[in-house]
Amino acid sequence: MSNKRIDEPTGIETVGHEWDGIEELNNPLPRWWVISFWLCIAFSIGYVVVYPAIPMGSKASEGLFGWSSRGQLAAETSAAEAARKPVLDAIAATPVEQIANDPKLLAQAKAGGAAAFKQNCAQCHGSGGKSMPGNGYPNLTDTDWLWGGTVKDIELTLVNGIRSPDHADTRTSMMPSFGKDGILTGAQVNDVVSHVLSLSGKGPANAAGAALFTANCVACHGPDGKGLRQFGAPNLTDQVWLYGGDRAQVVASVTKAHAGVMPGWSGKLDPATIKMLAVYVHSLGGGEDFTEAATNPPANGTGNAQP
Amino acid sequence: MESVVARAGLWLVALLVAIVMFANAADSGFAIHMAIFALAALVGLGLSLRNTNYKTASVFGVVADQGKYDDDLIRFGVILTTFWGVVGFLVGLVIALQLAFPVLNLGLEWTTFGRLRPLHTSAVIFAFGGTALISTSFYIVQRTCRARLALPGLAKFVFWGYQLFIVLAATGYVLGITQSKEYAEPEWYVDLWLTLVWVAYLAVFVGTIMKRTEPHIYVANWFFLSFIITVAMLHLVNNVNLPVSIFGSKSYPLWAGVQGALVQWWYGHNAVGFFLTAGFLAMMYYFVPKQVERPIYSYRLSIVHFWGLIFLYIWAGPHHLHYTALPDWAQTLGMVFSVMLWMPSWGGMINGLMTLNGAWDKVRTDPVIRMMVMSIAFYGMSTFEGPMMSIKSVNSLSHYTDWTIGHVHSGALGWNGMITFSAIYFLAPRLWGRERMYSLRMINWHFWLATLGIVFYASSMWVAGIMQGLMWREYGADGYLVNSFAETVAALFPMYVLRAFGGVLYLTGGAIMAYNVWQTIAGRLRVEPPMRQAAYDPAVDRPLVATPAE
Repeated sequence: MSNKRIDEPTGIETVGHEWDGIEELNNPLPRWWVISFWLCIAFSIGYVVVYPAIPMGSKASEGLFGWSSRGQLAAETSAAEAARKPVLDAIAATPVEQIANDPKLLAQAKAGGAAAFKQNCAQCHGSGGKSMPGNGYPNLTDTDWLWGGTVKDIELTLVNGIRSPDHADTRTSMMPSFGKDGILTGAQVNDVVSHVLSLSGKGPANAAGAALFTANCVACHGPDGKGLRQFGAPNLTDQVWLYGGDRAQVVASVTKAHAGVMPGWSGKLDPATIKMLAVYVHSLGGGEDFTEAATNPPANGTGNAQP
Repeated sequence: MESVVARAGLWLVALLVAIVMFANAADSGFAIHMAIFALAALVGLGLSLRNTNYKTASVFGVVADQGKYDDDLIRFGVILTTFWGVVGFLVGLVIALQLAFPVLNLGLEWTTFGRLRPLHTSAVIFAFGGTALISTSFYIVQRTCRARLALPGLAKFVFWGYQLFIVLAATGYVLGITQSKEYAEPEWYVDLWLTLVWVAYLAVFVGTIMKRTEPHIYVANWFFLSFIITVAMLHLVNNVNLPVSIFGSKSYPLWAGVQGALVQWWYGHNAVGFFLTAGFLAMMYYFVPKQVERPIYSYRLSIVHFWGLIFLYIWAGPHHLHYTALPDWAQTLGMVFSVMLWMPSWGGMINGLMTLNGAWDKVRTDPVIRMMVMSIAFYGMSTFEGPMMSIKSVNSLSHYTDWTIGHVHSGALGWNGMITFSAIYFLAPRLWGRERMYSLRMINWHFWLATLGIVFYASSMWVAGIMQGLMWREYGADGYLVNSFAETVAALFPMYVLRAFGGVLYLTGGAIMAYNVWQTIAGRLRVEPPMRQAAYDPAVDRPLVATPAE
């Protein structure tokens, strides 16, 4: 090209091409750029030698140290498991009601329970265990327990679940769907709901409703409506409502019973984790003291052992 | 005359096909799309019967002057780029707000985040960015080849066919039609249509280069050509799908499992590489030297970094699949090619910035140059951040977090957005024969709003991403995870609000640009003081007179 010229502001020669007024200077590649490029290439070659990189037929080069992402995961997992093993062994060997006797073990169980809770329980019960009022998942931080609030009760509930279809020893009870199944007429449902609401001071007394309550409900909820734990029947005289406490919601519950389900965890979590969960849930605020006189069957029954 | 008959005949066939497809449609979304397609074919048919001489008559009814460049489509391109930009930014702001305030999903299937998110990404990348690329490539290839566009009728088909693709893609997302591949969501029939358009694009571009009167091909055209060819290849391979029914929208990909993931991210990463990097570098290589009126810094660097970029970029995709089912060796190669890509990427930054040598003072007085410099700076920053994030140990923290979103947006808002804005400010006065843009001070406002918007966006997403990554992997002293996923989401809330605020600033800048472009097209000049004036203080502009002592 004959039209090379020296660019006046920089003193560099142009290459001699021109497009729509655009010219190009004949600057060399910046030295730092070339060096950096070679360094990146050198790093890459080194990395390819050290780590698996070159595909060769059925498998790839293994690198200098035989590193693999699966191997790294396995090593890190087994290191973490080994670190936790003494604690988990101690928890597994201690009956759940006695964990509280060892403050260090108690703290470790709460920490493990909190982590397991966030992974397995928070989806329904909320990340703080408070649930959402009226959505059918019990608040675990209050003192209102459907099936009992000692640490052993909680463990039993965790192991077997509530109406859990794949656990033979699951806690179970069925409130009839009084309206849907035609046990009560619509008017009768309204009367009995008026009575139920009056129990917690939400409305005036209703004589017809009281009679219906005595005939249909006391077997599970008790004559005073305070509930019976052996049936998981809720206390109707307080302000805690699993499925909502306004008239329409209570009418809906009496008309078509909910029969909520919690899965039993014995097939999914190991016994030590379930114990830690029980200790954690017990510690959330509403846990009841365990006394040896309680008549609950032992939780570590057969069929719950985990490999 | 034969060509008119042939052209009208093709449109008629397209119309009939669309009607048959519409009549047999298996799902309502497909029916709507075929109705849109039939409408477009009808318009094409009408136009080809009305404008019997494509070579001389323009859409504006003016007989084309062979002594002038073919700029009608580029005028539409400037308007539509501006329009799609504002639409894309607006949808982006909406989905940013949805993340902070989920109630804005409105409980309607059409307005959920899941459907609006691809609408946003496609609106900014393919509608805003793609229209800008097609328009500027037509502008630049004519000027740097000193030749009118080859195949002007086909060029019209490319431009408007691409707009039809955008409409089909966008309406499809809202209707729930998607093949669920990121940045490749449109279904099989839209993919086929884009293939037609893209092959025509290649023909127009190569045809124009072949009829050039310049001895050499300018570097911008290398980048445009690599963009067109590679996007064609990526699009074809990643969309090998088998439709469930020829009359329905659903299809399934040929590649399954980890092969499908690898092909998808080979596509996805090179959409970034060849659409958002190579294509926009081509814009930079023309508009920066034109606006600063300086020669390109180094011809040699442009050759080496072009081939470095082209050769290395295509292998970098597997870094999107670190620590997945992809074999370790493929992850390693994806990472090292990304690391080696750092310097070739920076070659473009050096050539862009150093082109200002001898004209740096113009940054003070010319807001368009200021925008270009900021754009190249963000290009440099994101092309450093990218290779860094591809390193496996960094990626194990950054992957799946909002850091990725921040990285993408420092590139998209900073590099792609700013270089496109400066191209629009360069083109609008020239295409409509105006002395200058309606207001240079509005460009300055746009510059600062956009810059501040990016700062809010990128910094909030860095904080959010690193916080997220650290919270996910945080173990307590007893060896158990500390945070539940919901807790990490709750912790992000303030960052999401800050990000949305950045989006408000960026959208406002875009709206100011739209107003500025509109007024420029209307032929108005805003009366305003120039960007720079030397200080003048009349109070001190007088001789000092000695005052007698008291």
